[in-house]
Amino acid sequence: MTNRPISPHLQVYQPQLTSVLSILHRMTGVVLGLGIPFLVYWIWTISQGPAEYASGRGFFGSLIGRTLLFGWTFCFFYHLNNGVRHLFWDIGRGFELVDVYRSGWLVVAAAVVMTLATWIFAYAGRGAM
Amino acid sequence: MVEFTLPRNSKIEKGREFPAAGGAGNPKSFDIYRWDPETEDNPRMDSYQLDLDSCGPMVLDALIKVKNETDPTLTFRRSCREGICGSCAMNIDGTNTLACTKAISEIKGAVKVYPLPHMPVVKDLVPDLTHFYAQYSAIKPWLQTKTPPPPDRERLQSKQERSSLDGLYECILCACCSTSCPSYWWNSDRYLGPATLLQAYRWIADSRDEATGDRLDDLEDPFRLYRCHTIMNCTRTCPKGLNPAKAIAEIKKLLVARR
Repeated sequence: MTNRPISPHLQVYQPQLTSVLSILHRMTGVVLGLGIPFLVYWIWTISQGPAEYASGRGFFGSLIGRTLLFGWTFCFFYHLNNGVRHLFWDIGRGFELVDVYRSGWLVVAAAVVMTLATWIFAYAGRGAM
Repeated sequence: MVEFTLPRNSKIEKGREFPAAGGAGNPKSFDIYRWDPETEDNPRMDSYQLDLDSCGPMVLDALIKVKNETDPTLTFRRSCREGICGSCAMNIDGTNTLACTKAISEIKGAVKVYPLPHMPVVKDLVPDLTHFYAQYSAIKPWLQTKTPPPPDRERLQSKQERSSLDGLYECILCACCSTSCPSYWWNSDRYLGPATLLQAYRWIADSRDEATGDRLDDLEDPFRLYRCHTIMNCTRTCPKGLNPAKAIAEIKKLLVARR
């Protein structure tokens, strides 16, 4: 009796939009949290004058820096949009399965568009650099 | 507790293969989770090939065919075969549903059948639902009243009051939703899970019930209710088309509104 196995769960349960977007919300939240020291570092370089600021810019402008920033941009917009989705749920709206799928895809598409728009905007203004 | 992997005694091993006898005209493989409490062995996946030309349309028909014709030791619960008793709830093709209402034709490739996820297994496809039922009983699933009943008639409801129970009273407690919920997987010791919470709301929403305040008091708890993070797997999987996530949201709204 005590030796009863636990039936498989994550191993066999089909990934579906509902659960995938939920775990993505958590993961983007964690990644954004990990980004806070970098944000603090950037603000700190501002306070340290032009030389330090330039070295901070050097890091964020490098390929690694830009890759990280691109990732954080997506995480930010996905977490923001899905957070708004949660607010609708909190007032009891959008619970029908068709609405859940519609809002889920909308949140993902919006996050992609907003991420790309942000980077296009950023690069468009880069000519002055 | 969050545990992403299975404990050592629960790891699934490769099992036996049973080809269809005498060459099937319309073969289909059914990979079925097996565990025998009489042995020390780990669970395994046995593969049975059936001829769909001589099998009923539903997954339950296939399980019964295996039990009748190939392997009488295959163990599963079933009763009504029409989606009203909830006995044959299991994980089929990656989602929880009732074997009796799941058509074999809906499934591409081999049909994979497991017990309801993250539950102690009694044998094969039979999970131990003791804790699930204890949680159901904890929400006092009966009409509670304080006023004396009317002397000459039942406690009546208007049509509108009665309609607020639609989408709730149909729940058959098959446990598909609760065992589809990752939150319930990790916290079922303290989180009540979607099925029990939908049932709790069924009594909160009942115009005749006079214990609404007590019921809400019992649910106002970081674990019992608020482990629901609106993942929505419950609503996605309910074989009766009900919406436990919405019922839980209604409870949360009532808790905010009464502050």
